Amino acid sequence: MSGPAASKRPRSNGATGWLLSAPALILLAIAATGPLFIVILYSFLEKGDYSGVRWILSGDAWFRVFFEKDIFDGTVSLADANLAIIWRSVKLSLATTIITFGLGLPTAWFIATRPATQRAFWLFLITIPFWTNLLIRTFAIMEVIRNQGLLNTFLLHYGVISEPIQILYTDTAVLIGMAYVYLPLMVLPLFAAIDRFDFKLIEAGYDLYATRIKVLRRVILPIIRPGIVAGCILVFIPSLGAYVTPRVLGGGKNMMIGNFIELQFGQGQNWPLGAALSTMLLIIVLGSLVVYMRVSAREEPHG
Amino acid sequence: MSIKVAVAARNVGKIYGAGAAAVNALGDVSIDIQQGEFFTLLGPSGCGKTTLLRCIAGFETPTSGTILLSGRDITHTPPSARPVNTVFQSYALFPHLTVADNVGFGLKMQGKSRSEVASTVARVLDLVKLEAFADRLPAQMSGGQQQRVALARALAPAPEVLLLDEPLSALDLKLRKEMQSELKRLQTETGITFVFVTHDQEEALTMSNRIAVMSAGELLQVGTPRDIYDRPVNRFVADFIGETNFLVGEVDGTAVRIASGERLDVPLNGQTGRVTLAIRPEQIKIGTVPGGLAATVTDATYLGTDTHYALALSDGSALVARVQSRTGDDFAVGDTVGVTVDASAVQVLKE
Ligand SMILES: Nc1ncnc2c1ncn2[C@@H]1O[C@H](COP(=O)(O)OP(=O)(O)OP(=O)(O)O)[C@@H](O)[C@H]1O
Ligand SMILES: [Mg+2]
Repeated sequence: MSGPAASKRPRSNGATGWLLSAPALILLAIAATGPLFIVILYSFLEKGDYSGVRWILSGDAWFRVFFEKDIFDGTVSLADANLAIIWRSVKLSLATTIITFGLGLPTAWFIATRPATQRAFWLFLITIPFWTNLLIRTFAIMEVIRNQGLLNTFLLHYGVISEPIQILYTDTAVLIGMAYVYLPLMVLPLFAAIDRFDFKLIEAGYDLYATRIKVLRRVILPIIRPGIVAGCILVFIPSLGAYVTPRVLGGGKNMMIGNFIELQFGQGQNWPLGAALSTMLLIIVLGSLVVYMRVSAREEPHG
Repeated sequence: MSIKVAVAARNVGKIYGAGAAAVNALGDVSIDIQQGEFFTLLGPSGCGKTTLLRCIAGFETPTSGTILLSGRDITHTPPSARPVNTVFQSYALFPHLTVADNVGFGLKMQGKSRSEVASTVARVLDLVKLEAFADRLPAQMSGGQQQRVALARALAPAPEVLLLDEPLSALDLKLRKEMQSELKRLQTETGITFVFVTHDQEEALTMSNRIAVMSAGELLQVGTPRDIYDRPVNRFVADFIGETNFLVGEVDGTAVRIASGERLDVPLNGQTGRVTLAIRPEQIKIGTVPGGLAATVTDATYLGTDTHYALALSDGSALVARVQSRTGDDFAVGDTVGVTVDASAVQVLKE
């Protein structure tokens, strides 16, 4: 609070407060929007000879996000490769969200129903993966699923399979990796919501003739919904922009949009296209948030 | 005339946990609750009232014994398949549903049609005088209103038995009195069997058709409020229900010799040896000596219509008398008085 001086001049309190925090606010505004602004600006420039940009306004990069021109006859067609990568990213991120929710809900439920003294311990276990670098964790997953890895060796040894299953460098590998990496981000908000949940309501549900499934659908899920929304957003958004996991586990072929963007700034030497793709990613995220909010607002109880 | 039994417990026992941590919550409880009755389970905290109620609701399975509902064995029937509803002490209203949706929840789960749900909800909300609140969320209601919603929600599916676990304990005194008569009215109007849990003896006496007094997982006495008040079976019941004076004595022929040496003629049912006499304060008459037991007034509290006298008998044993205040015959501290009691007003309890 503002201290004794402010109490003498209560009317100027607000203005003084703004003035005092102005440097911080300006810095924050520049730091938050500056890079974003540069990315959007670059997406409307022309690509430089080797890298960087030429300061000539152009819609070429945006055109190339969606369409491609045949180098021989100049016919224009949809940029299937780009769209496929964007679609795969959305698909894998949705799948990751669903998988982490499926695993995270029982996990969070389990933790929230432990005696109070044990809960801290279980939550602590959930956060252990955060201690290690993401890259190292991803390589560890690779070690498990590669053809000569733990899983295949085990299955081969016990005769479950006769030759190694190819998991590495497939979408499945990327999914396993992302589900593993983002699971804690789903569990924590779900736990917070379930922890606040009044378990008497379950008894009330059973008492009023609801079956287990009905209690889950009509009582538990609607009430812990804020936690579900938070968890899904926390998993879906970073999955969409994931870079390390698809790079390591998906190999070069199974790119997600993050890898594709990196490619433009690196080997591809097409910064405007990379910038346009980044902006595109931002639009998808914002769009899905808006859709989600619309949907959940409509399902709120009316009255 | 045959009285139909709504709920019956047969030798129900419940042990929570196992090994060293085991808690014997119910010993061996047998009880018949009749159809259309306002039945109250009364007892001190931890005596197993909630446990018995939860066994009837189906939230707990008895360790031994059976629970019958209209003669059917429901001991292992899940709560969702029992035509029994509960009013929870904390109300447990669904926070995400409106009052109308809360009340309609049970009907919807029973698969009733939309129009049937709507009309029943309207009727039940009318019954608890909450028509105007149908579209509110529980969080937008006062405690007393939430209580009514909880009642309406449990009544809406027209259960055979309604279980109420200390439903009034969260309300202030005035609202509590109001809800007591409200509950009684609802019970009479709907004709549903109410099983009501309380540890407030006054509440139990005013509301119930019959009361079961429990202690430490056992049923001590089942009877009408009058039975229990006038003829308690033991010292615990007498002490728990209302105020009681206890005098210890020895059976001597057809009378009882109390500690102060005086003999009292009381109705004995073949008791012998040491007995306890239970006497309600309002049954004690005091007058001028001589006449009756000699006692000294140690304290007098004027309470408007009544005056409470604390008395000491010649051996020092204490008695409390509640006398209607009338001008002219009040006593002062230090006065010596004569105490008399009608023989029929004395309960002889086995020590
Ligand atoms: N889930 C449980 N696990 C272990 N012990 C329990 C459990 N529920 C109740 N108990 C024990 O069983 C005994 C009876 O409990 P119960 O809740 O039935 O008492 P009550 O008569 O309802 O008391 P109150 O008036 O305080 O609500 C108590 O000793 C209690 O500690
Ligand atoms: Mg209780």
